[in-house]
Amino acid sequence: MGTLSKAARSMLLSELVAGMGVTLKAFFKPKATINYPYEKGVLSPRFRGEHALRRYPNGEERCIACKLCEATCPAEAITIEAEPRDDGSRRTTRYDIDMTKCIYCGLCEEACPVDAIVEGPNYEFATETREELMYNKDKLLANGDRWESVLARRLELDAPYR
Amino acid sequence: MADFFFHTTLGQILLIVLESLAVLVPLLLGVAYLTLAERKVMAAMQLRKGPNVNGPFGVLQAFADAIKMLTKETVIPAGANRMLFLFAPFLTFSLAMIAWAVIPTGNGLAIANINVGILYLLAISSLGVYGMLIAGWASNSKYAFLGGLRSAAQMVSYEVSIGLVIVCVLLAVGSLNLNDIVLAQRHVWFCLPMFPMFIVFFISALAETNRAPFDLPEGESELVAGFFVEYSALAFGLFFLGEYANMFLMSGMVSILFLGGWLPPLGIAPFTWIPGPLWLIAKILFCLFVFIWVRATFPRYRYDQLMRLGWKVFLPFSLAWMVLTAGFLMVTGLLPGGVG
Repeated sequence: MGTLSKAARSMLLSELVAGMGVTLKAFFKPKATINYPYEKGVLSPRFRGEHALRRYPNGEERCIACKLCEATCPAEAITIEAEPRDDGSRRTTRYDIDMTKCIYCGLCEEACPVDAIVEGPNYEFATETREELMYNKDKLLANGDRWESVLARRLELDAPYR
Repeated sequence: MADFFFHTTLGQILLIVLESLAVLVPLLLGVAYLTLAERKVMAAMQLRKGPNVNGPFGVLQAFADAIKMLTKETVIPAGANRMLFLFAPFLTFSLAMIAWAVIPTGNGLAIANINVGILYLLAISSLGVYGMLIAGWASNSKYAFLGGLRSAAQMVSYEVSIGLVIVCVLLAVGSLNLNDIVLAQRHVWFCLPMFPMFIVFFISALAETNRAPFDLPEGESELVAGFFVEYSALAFGLFFLGEYANMFLMSGMVSILFLGGWLPPLGIAPFTWIPGPLWLIAKILFCLFVFIWVRATFPRYRYDQLMRLGWKVFLPFSLAWMVLTAGFLMVTGLLPGGVG
């Protein structure tokens, strides 16, 4: 009986027909494609994209040059130089991130005691030259200014889980 | 006017050229859009959308591909046999085209309504293997060579069962003329009484056109692209067109041998209003859809499984069915030609 039904199944191509039924069903299903770049997927508030250096609402930069991010960075992508400013506070004179080295692990963001360096929601920062991916302090601060409203919201949403 | 076309040499030549154009232009357009249709249908079956940027629903994608193909550089690999290398795609392409000379699109509507139409088709589709063999050999590349060998072995194997299936149809019709074959299906399409042969023929057609799940000659994962690895630009395009034109041809053969060619499904009013050529086109399109559907569904066969299916399953099966058909026609006295 076993061999007979097996033979009948293979002769009648029943498994092949069932397989084709599956693909035909999929043919009429709604499609999963997102029409990027006209349409974009939803990002989690924890999404780790392009970096930004944030400021306080009064315009003072948050970074206190503790260099924890530099120390924790597993790819050694961050380079910081610092010296006391005229008002006596410690500030960075240089804050570089080599975006070609960065592995987007988010450890810098976690290490930062003042939420200065963060990874934002932007993932569309492709460039035509390699040099453009060597971010300096100006670029990072500009990113922070550009994305501040989103960055603050993301931190707020993620705060309960930190 | 009619006099000019039927009674002067120039007129007759012109008439043949026009007839050929009337077949080739829609065919080439169809081939161009088959590539798009394949991508769209495959995409839909994989829950994607497929090309949809060039024009509404991506209808201009076919032309974008063509322009890209034409503007690329033709690379001829070192050590390749230049003559044969360039000749192979033309052979494949022209063979896929000339086969259409005998396909009837309506009652008597064929460029050449010859009495050995089906033999002509068999001969042409067997010649197709030369294009692949030559391409594989002339490329001077081991992948291309293996691909060529595989496709040769595969096409020869499946041609045998295709031949036997055709013999079954011929027994029931009593003529090698494609027009007669279609007319013999006025009452019932051959896909019903000869359903198993219909399936065998369809699967063999998949193997014959090197389509998935029998696309071993061009198996991406092991042979990169098979016999046309080394081709680029126009030569590659010709291979591509030839391959898709072969799909059209095989679908045409399936339609004519088993699905009643240009005949409507029922000989009554609403169906007979639609002209014959449209029925044939609809049937061909349906077959092509199934070609793509099968590709989207099944993984590739292993080579020994392919050979086993051809020689140990299809060959004895179609042979037995041929004997059965002959016996049945003999016993019931239905054998055409009054032999029975």
